[in-house]
Amino acid sequence: MGKEGKTKKKKKLSAMIKSNWQLYLMLLLPIIYLLVFCYYPMFGLQIAFKKYSPKTGIWGGDFVGLFYFKRFFESYKFTQILKNTLIVSGYQVLASVPIPIILALAINCVRNKVWKKSVQLLSYMPHFISTVVMVSILVQIFSPRNGIFAVIAGLFGKSIGDIFGSTKAFSHLYVWSGVWQNMGWASIIYLAALAGVPPEHHEAAIMDGATRFQRVRYIDFPTLIPTISILLIMNMGRVMSLGFEKIYLMQNDLNIAASEVIATYTYKIGMTGNADYSYSTAIGLFNSVVNLLLVIVSNKISKKLSGSGLF
Amino acid sequence: MARKKETDVTHVLSTKTAIGKEDKRFYFAVNLILGLLVITVLFPIINVLACSFSSGDAIVSGKVLLWPVEVTLENYKAVFKEQDILTGYVNTIFYTVVGTTINIVMTLLAAYPLSRRNLAGKNGIMMLFAFTMLFNGGLIPNYLLMKSLHILNTRWVMVLPGAIAVYNMVICRTFFATSLPEELWEAAQVDGCTDFKYFLKVALPLSKAVIAVIGLYYAVAHWNAYFNAFLYLNKSSLYPLQIVLKEILISNTVDPNTILDADSASSLNLVEGLKYACILVACVPVWCIYPFIQKYFVQGVMIGAIKG
Repeated sequence: MGKEGKTKKKKKLSAMIKSNWQLYLMLLLPIIYLLVFCYYPMFGLQIAFKKYSPKTGIWGGDFVGLFYFKRFFESYKFTQILKNTLIVSGYQVLASVPIPIILALAINCVRNKVWKKSVQLLSYMPHFISTVVMVSILVQIFSPRNGIFAVIAGLFGKSIGDIFGSTKAFSHLYVWSGVWQNMGWASIIYLAALAGVPPEHHEAAIMDGATRFQRVRYIDFPTLIPTISILLIMNMGRVMSLGFEKIYLMQNDLNIAASEVIATYTYKIGMTGNADYSYSTAIGLFNSVVNLLLVIVSNKISKKLSGSGLF
Repeated sequence: MARKKETDVTHVLSTKTAIGKEDKRFYFAVNLILGLLVITVLFPIINVLACSFSSGDAIVSGKVLLWPVEVTLENYKAVFKEQDILTGYVNTIFYTVVGTTINIVMTLLAAYPLSRRNLAGKNGIMMLFAFTMLFNGGLIPNYLLMKSLHILNTRWVMVLPGAIAVYNMVICRTFFATSLPEELWEAAQVDGCTDFKYFLKVALPLSKAVIAVIGLYYAVAHWNAYFNAFLYLNKSSLYPLQIVLKEILISNTVDPNTILDADSASSLNLVEGLKYACILVACVPVWCIYPFIQKYFVQGVMIGAIKG
């Protein structure tokens, strides 16, 4: 019976594959892409455990075990870099939460349609500025000589100093420019949640004499709490995956003590000067693994608390 | 009894006007917050705009706030005289058009079969895609891959890696799965329609909206990308606009010869103006089409959110 069922299943399966061969053919190209550009580099990770030489490629080289990992953990830069990574990205996770929520709640209250649309249009706009342009704008407006903040400070007879060269200002500059750029875009998901509030709730509250503020406080805001908690937990999972692009562009010799993070350090070890492929790969792998663990853990927490997660 | 009713009515009326007043204040506060946010968003942009139309001397002497001083088009003229910027522009347009085309074709090829309910092995393939969102080879292994494929320093390296963004693929798949009813396919099948034919003649025409959404996402990403070029290209004739901008704006490497007239002080000042004009030249194409397409962008977020 069991065997018969199995062969029946097999027959069914092969028949299905036959009848759907065109679909599999369509998938061929994407799967080749996936294997070549996404999975093959994962084999390249083995050079983190080997002494890489260009002659022998990724499959050759002497096995050195955890040598490069130890070298990273014991290097005098390790604590500094890890600290910078956690500070900048932890700060970012927390600072980027409240403003999109306030923005969404406020936009949701606006009764004038034209004003509402224009606020949305304008607040999404910075999202489409490229990283290079974003950093350029920062460099220009915070320029200690002729940037707009220096000009305004000059009107009061003060000077702002070199904000871009300051280690203290770095994380604030990085995080708040990110908030500036993404607050509108991030509010979309909250606006979508607010659109799902049943109008009866508001009608009932009005009958009971609730003010608009009370309705925001006791109807709109609680609707957002599940979304907020999922996003927050998910972002926590990405604490170690601080992007390379913006931070690298914002770095200079003066702020390097606060701005060197794992991603930029990996690049510098591996691609500049005496490029050390194996060491750089080891640092990158350490980062990816910690990151993967964080995502999995935060997903578990999210599932337990709110019943929904990313996967 | 009658008197009591009267007091009730006045009571209700008085609370009603009180609510009105309070609400008025609340709406005022809401609009104030939004107004402030709009100002924060616009303030740097207007400053850049004003500077780009001001003379270099006015910028350097700190006269420009939100309105151009000594209005001039010199900065823009200088931008279009820079050969690098023009080459960068042309290259970026090429990468955006070719790259987005490849992206859309590959994404649809993956998304459609995976949206079909009874495809054997579907979940396994989905897992294969999803895992790449969580883990990747990292910098050096990717670099070595490009090297062994011999696409370093070619245009291919700008359009092939990242051909499928899994997030966009999931958006497409969700759209196919929810808006194309299975019965439609069954009916077509009865009429002798093959998978290819159904995909091309039925599924695609019904999915113009989602194709527009992901196409826009991809196009903006290509327009704004600098990372791949930064890592994999070192021929300046292949540089996209963003790399050229990075050189001029952040690394401060303008070749003064190209814009130099004679007077070095004023041409150094002109470089300041040029920077502002550069910023705008890079943003304007996206911002010009943006108001017309923002509703599609938002739609994309919504479709993505449904999947969660």
